[in-house]
Amino acid sequence: MLELNSISTFYGNIQALHDISLRVEEGEIITLIGANGAGKSTTLMSISGIAPPRTGEILFKGKPIHELSANKIVGLGICQVPEGRHIFPDLTVAENLDMGAFLRSDKKQIEKDLTYIYDLFPILQKRRNQPGGNLSGGEQQMLAISRALMARPQLLLLDEPSMGLAPLVTKQIFDIIKKINREHNTTIFLVEQNANLALKVADRGYVLETGRITLHDKASTLLSNEDVQKAYLGI
Amino acid sequence: MISLKDIQKGLLVSLWFVFLTFPLLVIKVNPIERVITWRWFNMLWIALGSFSCYLAVKAYKARQLSRQKRIKQGVIKERTAWSGRILKEPGIYIPFLIAVGLFALVFPWIFSTYQTNIMVTALMYIVLGLGLNIVVGVAGLLDLGYVAFYAVGAYSYALLNLHFGLGFWTVLPIGGLLAASFGILLGFPVLRLRGDYLAIVTLGFGEIIRLILENWNDFSQGPSGIANIPRPGLFGMHLSLDQSITYLYYLVIGMVLFTIFVVNRLQNSRIGRAWFALREDEIACQAMGIDKTRTKLTAFALGATWAGMVGVFFAAKTTFVNPASFTFLESAIILCIVVLGGMGSIIGVILAALILILLPEYLRAFSDYRMLAFGAVLVTMMIFRPQGLIANVRRIYTIPEE
Repeated sequence: MLELNSISTFYGNIQALHDISLRVEEGEIITLIGANGAGKSTTLMSISGIAPPRTGEILFKGKPIHELSANKIVGLGICQVPEGRHIFPDLTVAENLDMGAFLRSDKKQIEKDLTYIYDLFPILQKRRNQPGGNLSGGEQQMLAISRALMARPQLLLLDEPSMGLAPLVTKQIFDIIKKINREHNTTIFLVEQNANLALKVADRGYVLETGRITLHDKASTLLSNEDVQKAYLGI
Repeated sequence: MISLKDIQKGLLVSLWFVFLTFPLLVIKVNPIERVITWRWFNMLWIALGSFSCYLAVKAYKARQLSRQKRIKQGVIKERTAWSGRILKEPGIYIPFLIAVGLFALVFPWIFSTYQTNIMVTALMYIVLGLGLNIVVGVAGLLDLGYVAFYAVGAYSYALLNLHFGLGFWTVLPIGGLLAASFGILLGFPVLRLRGDYLAIVTLGFGEIIRLILENWNDFSQGPSGIANIPRPGLFGMHLSLDQSITYLYYLVIGMVLFTIFVVNRLQNSRIGRAWFALREDEIACQAMGIDKTRTKLTAFALGATWAGMVGVFFAAKTTFVNPASFTFLESAIILCIVVLGGMGSIIGVILAALILILLPEYLRAFSDYRMLAFGAVLVTMMIFRPQGLIANVRRIYTIPEE
């Protein structure tokens, strides 16, 4: 579904990604794990067009997307949940969700999706008239994911959904991620620091080290890999 | 309620104010007769004034605090603000609107030409404020050079009339379009800028336009300006000065209504929502698939359009334009209208424009202290109502009962 062919991304003169290549198949959950500053978020930014790669190509369903602007890429069905949630703090929860459906015009389907999301996260329905900034961290993360879902993405890019959340809330969010993947057949590209958790939900995983992919295997194999255990799982 | 400590602090505050204003308000040097007059009474007034102001503020704050406490304890219910009530209850706002409408309609017939003239100026600033409100209030792009578009409009009428003899009605849309294209011209280089940096560039842009007009003599006739610009015509009828001011008054009323209608529609439209989103969070905006470039440029262009049209109107009203009318002070006043009124709030901007433009006119007797009062009003506002006179109604929200 998504294919990155040896992309390199720069911030000014600093190279953040070196020849990254990876594949995401339809319907699976892929995770990218790595330490701080390894380039996990940059990889997502490159896919979504916010920090486009300087060399290499990105193919979505066989078509190159690395030269499109960020808004066009969303239109193709790739939606990103940015790191740190980035909800609209002064808009209400309902308006935030509405913004997610910005590019869509099928009103009936939007209504249906909204009920689905309120089913998924009942707390959001309760809080729908409150400004997004008043929500707790976990609720904001739910809102950010829901907002992305409102765009009906085929590929959902999740950047550190567990950041700053209590373990219990994190678990709840990961359960929902699995549910979305199953029920909607949404392909999920998950970037996560909490490697243990990420590898448990994912089908396959890639390990990123200072801008280079060093390992790639089935998630269960990675979980039992000695090097990975030492470096990322703290075992 | 007011403790000894407050009084002590008040004394210190008033002492500090006396010290600050001492060179300005107490010493008066007369360079011709070479004498210095010491105005000790001024010092006394300042000391008394600042002391009582300080105590009044303290008392007000204490009262508010105790109110909030009582609301929490459930002794009294929370009141909605009077502004919110006027806007919400149809029983109040429909008669209110009708009264305002009638008053606006008969205004030139009850009051003198002078009053009407002032009112025309105030109404022009309402349109300017609403235009800038799109850029600053709704899209969150701080624009300190808004007066540049105003100048573009005014000069487009002056020059097109001078060289090609075009009339007011022809130039009105042209002026708007020209200003819009200048808005886009400014928009492109500042696409990547935000906050303070954006403010500095727009400030520079405003100065560039003014300096070009001032120094490019062949093009704009330099500082001496362009005179004898015709007033708008009414089906070729000849109007006396009084009549044409009345006519201008109704024109500007029409313009205000049109602006309110369009701005209101814009805010509730798709592009309006994109602007709100852009103001809140740019990254999230992009992640939602909003075209950042286009959204920013339309905000600049649409905001500038109004300034351009009011500019044309301004040239027609004063029949004379020169670069001195388009200084940074104008931008600052228009920005003050938006901030004072409440970012993004249409009613607030209207109220603030009327206050900021009409008050200085009626208080001409104290014109020496105008800027002083201006500063004081703004500081007071920032302390007591940082959200503006009438905050944007979109921000009102309810928490449902559990």
